[in-house]
Amino acid sequence: MSHEDIIKSLFEETIAGNGPAVLDLTRQGLAEGMSASDLLFEALIPALEEVGARFERGDYFVPEMLIAGKAMSGALEVLRPLLADTGAESIGTFVMGTVKGDVHDIGKNLVNIMLEGAGFTVIDLGVQVAPEKFVNAIKEHQPTIVGMSAFLTTTMPMFKQNIHEITKAGLREQVIIMVGGAPVTQEYADVVGADGYAADASTAVRRAKELIEKRKADAAATGAAL
Amino acid sequence: MHTVISSPTRTVTIGSDQPFCIIGERINPTGRKKFQEQLRAGDLSMIAVDVEQQVAGGADVLDVNMGVPLTDEAELMRKAVVMVQSITDLPLCLDSSVIDALEAGLQVYQGKALVNSITAEDERADAVLPLVKRYGAAIIALTNDEFGIPMDPQERLAMCEKLMSLCERHGVPLEDLVIDPLCMTVGADSEAGKVLFETIHLIKEKHGLNMTIGASNISFGLPNRHAANAAFLPMAMQAGLTSAVMDARTEGIVTAVRAADLMLGNDAWGANWIARFRAKQAAEAAANA
Repeated sequence: MSHEDIIKSLFEETIAGNGPAVLDLTRQGLAEGMSASDLLFEALIPALEEVGARFERGDYFVPEMLIAGKAMSGALEVLRPLLADTGAESIGTFVMGTVKGDVHDIGKNLVNIMLEGAGFTVIDLGVQVAPEKFVNAIKEHQPTIVGMSAFLTTTMPMFKQNIHEITKAGLREQVIIMVGGAPVTQEYADVVGADGYAADASTAVRRAKELIEKRKADAAATGAAL
Repeated sequence: MHTVISSPTRTVTIGSDQPFCIIGERINPTGRKKFQEQLRAGDLSMIAVDVEQQVAGGADVLDVNMGVPLTDEAELMRKAVVMVQSITDLPLCLDSSVIDALEAGLQVYQGKALVNSITAEDERADAVLPLVKRYGAAIIALTNDEFGIPMDPQERLAMCEKLMSLCERHGVPLEDLVIDPLCMTVGADSEAGKVLFETIHLIKEKHGLNMTIGASNISFGLPNRHAANAAFLPMAMQAGLTSAVMDARTEGIVTAVRAADLMLGNDAWGANWIARFRAKQAAEAAANA
């Protein structure tokens, strides 16, 4: 198989959610001397972008997105150590969790898939994540962004409490905080003091990238002023 | 086991020897942007449309959920309950995660309400069950706790047993307990349906309690949801489900439930089935006249 064919097949099999084939092709590519970052940036990431676009258009459904995400995660496990070796940078670390009192995880998982697909390193804290767990994860993983998901009007107030605890721990300035979930709105995100909100998984990725760019620009502006 | 709920002029009995209890899910602002904006502005007029469509569709009970963020949910619930009871005599299911909203609804509700819901978390149960007891209501109780939703039917059965003891502790009779064995989407876990059917079967065999679920969840994230929901409900009924918070406006789904009533021996001489057919004939004749 030519390198070009491997990239093409890897792209197609990821879109189809064929985990074993994605893993085989990834290993085959590496065995034939392809770089981990080529496999990631030329096949896996474009494939997940395509899956996200199809989902957004209503052409793809939740199981198809989940299985494509799973296929990609399998390949990433093989690639991640190699990417770390070559110093290929992740575009940012994203700590994610569903807030305390809430067990809904489908939306959060879809966002995780899209984030990984876009080149973020995602640390998923799962569901029922207590404020101190968010705080500890920030200390441990030094993320660029912290994402919080809530599906119920009663668990949404946890955003505010989490942000309060993060602020109290002196960590608020170092992270961008994004919130989301079915009942959440931009207005609500503003009220609780989050930096960003998105209504769906694709928008979440776009918004995350924008927020990182903005922070870089702000930092550059501050630096220039000094 | 019979769970009886009522309005001043109508009684609905939930039980395995009764026609399935269809609780209309529509009066709920989650995912309905325009409805949310209206409610936030104090405009409840959309509720009248929801009531009319669900009554026409064949609902037995109506769920009322006023979960709009950044509003006084208790006040909205109070107004909604009064309004809905002024236009229909179907009993209501008062649905909120906010305890004050449940109490506000119970204060103005006329009859015996169904309250939606508690989980096996002590804190919430200890706050809600005294209200259920004081107002003589019935309660829907979910088989999960603060640690999550078990995916093993035996563990969900254990949650059900914990809920039974919570009710006992608060003096709420088991007749007034309706277990929600948790309907999750087969779109995210192919085993979700199987686990649910087994759980329903276990609870029915062991305790004979009434059960309800949020039935539309089963097809979340999938296409052609109406057909999936219509196939799903009769299967859950066969396993022992006696009620569902569900889409009461889609004819195919309600018809599937009523057909299952007939097959399960809960529609003597097909009287309901035939009456439904005649009503449809009459409506068509009126429309063509």
